[in-house]
Amino acid sequence: MMHRRTFFKATTGIVAAPFISKYAFADDTIKVAAIHDVSGVLDILGKPMASMVAMAIDEINQAGGLLGRKIELVNFDTQSNNQLYGQYATEAATRYRVAAVFGAVTSASREVIRPILRRYKTLLFYSTQYEGGVCDRNIFCLGTTPGQKTVKIVPYAMKKFGKRVYTVAADYNFGHIVSKWHKKVVEENGGKFEGVEFFPLEQTDFGPTLKKIQSIKPDLVMADLVGSNHIGFFRQWTAAGMSGRIGLASTIFGTGNEQLFTNPAEHNGILTSATYFPEIDTPQNKEFVARAAKVTGTDRSPINELPAMSYYAPKLWAEGVKAAGTFDRDKVIQALEGNLTYNGPGGPVTVDGKCHHVSHDIYIAQAKNHSFELLEKYDQLPPSDTAAVCDLAANPNDTKQYVLGN
Amino acid sequence: MDYALVLIIQALSSIAMLILISIGLAIMFGMMKVINFAHGEFLMIGAYTSVMSVNAGVNFWVATFIVAPLSVAVVGLVVERLIIRYLYGRLIETMLATWGLSLLLMGAVTVIFGNTVTGISAPLGSVHIGAYSTSIYELVLIFFAAALTVGSAVFLKMTDIGLVARAAMQNPDITAVLGFDPNRIYCVTFVIGAAITGLAGALIAPLTGVSPGMGLAFVAKAFITVICAGPAVIVGSALVATTFGVVNTIVTFVATPVFGEVALLLSAIVLLRVMPNGLTSRFKRGAL
Repeated sequence: MMHRRTFFKATTGIVAAPFISKYAFADDTIKVAAIHDVSGVLDILGKPMASMVAMAIDEINQAGGLLGRKIELVNFDTQSNNQLYGQYATEAATRYRVAAVFGAVTSASREVIRPILRRYKTLLFYSTQYEGGVCDRNIFCLGTTPGQKTVKIVPYAMKKFGKRVYTVAADYNFGHIVSKWHKKVVEENGGKFEGVEFFPLEQTDFGPTLKKIQSIKPDLVMADLVGSNHIGFFRQWTAAGMSGRIGLASTIFGTGNEQLFTNPAEHNGILTSATYFPEIDTPQNKEFVARAAKVTGTDRSPINELPAMSYYAPKLWAEGVKAAGTFDRDKVIQALEGNLTYNGPGGPVTVDGKCHHVSHDIYIAQAKNHSFELLEKYDQLPPSDTAAVCDLAANPNDTKQYVLGN
Repeated sequence: MDYALVLIIQALSSIAMLILISIGLAIMFGMMKVINFAHGEFLMIGAYTSVMSVNAGVNFWVATFIVAPLSVAVVGLVVERLIIRYLYGRLIETMLATWGLSLLLMGAVTVIFGNTVTGISAPLGSVHIGAYSTSIYELVLIFFAAALTVGSAVFLKMTDIGLVARAAMQNPDITAVLGFDPNRIYCVTFVIGAAITGLAGALIAPLTGVSPGMGLAFVAKAFITVICAGPAVIVGSALVATTFGVVNTIVTFVATPVFGEVALLLSAIVLLRVMPNGLTSRFKRGAL
């Protein structure tokens, strides 16, 4: 069976070579690359992220470009296959000589391209919420981290549902590290952590786990599941009659637009938290949502935290370029390290120059009839978890990803 | 007590899943010795037909029991007429041809629906068992897996058509002498196998979600089940599915789902080492 699979992967790889926009070889432009999983199990995350990077670049160009030059975007589809990340990151850096790369969806894929892009001195912007701790001068992380989310939503959900907490999470570094954070926060708040179960991204049948959870009888289940296969968890949870009997909360529900793929009986009442929701009630945000809807078209993928931060990333890079007055990587990094702020449609993000992460407004929300009801807002939480272990001003050559919360 | 009951239901559901994904293959491979590598894709097409029909407003049960089996039966008929019938008795060639077919079907579905996972919710709601609750659909799956097994066995054993089919598999020349066209019997058997596979695909769709590559996850398990079954294909597959399902469930409960899968594969290796010709190799000849 192995031959068949590898053969299939190899052939699809050849067929789906990167698609390049029509200005690919014009000279007076500056190239940047977007590398996302636009197909495969992670497409529900990757597709809207890629389209928001494209929208941000379009807007920069419509406003006259940067330093008098147009920005040209080279798109790569990694098909939810981490091997392609290495290949495309190398291609972006060496063949297209891009000034910056926006992308990587999962933490696993980010760890594939981070060393490659560092070696080629090509700046990387990572926009996914992740487990935190990456300490590297060549990357800026716009995603939220557990220090910004877990510490707020876990106590909130425990207050609402009860103190015995079980966790289910995706089986890769994100899930493993986030579940450690959950344990820490649950115990700090006087709760009992009842255990954790991890699922590979391919897992579709959650029957045994649902029965196991019923036998443990926790008050609250933290469900940090990733990708389209894992949506089955919420369907099967409801089908097994567990909604309303045990509380459900998540630090990530909604980033895959799970609230659109499930019906209200399946998602109503699930608590989640994010730095961005399309429901944020400001004129700037309403206008942003309208523009984004035009770009994503009939696609069932409106904007949540991941695409929103993917939109912020090129804009933040542009702020850095303008402040530096050049596209040179080192100068742009220095400019961004001057704690630059980008005022996004959903609120400001400010770079922490020492750890290359950003501060966020964090919301707690409840899924309701295919959208979210905002319940609570915390202003400008700093990336304190990563900042506690990472000081790039003191150790500029650090490249480690610190494991937080232990 | 209710915990034990819930455990038993989970084990039964695990067994039902294995039976559903392998019974169509049991007929094609076990009886006709056609190695259909596109079996996973037949399941996938059944699942897609059902999900797309439901999304288009068709009643879930109509989509599952009529639309999906009929569509896959048509696919099976076309495949048998165009490819398989030229390759009966040629194992390697059938394998290559159906492997190509599997890639083609996967590619075609990817082009039409995109390489993405879609799904529908299981109908029927849930039922309480003491302090526990479980999805009624799971119980329905268990029932249909049992019904399909018993139905196929009874059909092949008790009816005249079943008798002719078995005769054609055992000795096509004598069957032809007695006035039955073996080619037609092969064709009908293949199409029935395809229809049952389509039905199974539609039945498991609400649990697994559908994607163009979903067949890959099942085809290996289906082959393992049917090969471990040995000569009595229907009864054998049911027995093997029972063994594997119980092992899988127990290990999943004690450890994690990943170890459950590992334990299932390990028990297949042990079984084939101890009984190289399959679990039913000591059954009397001609048993089902």
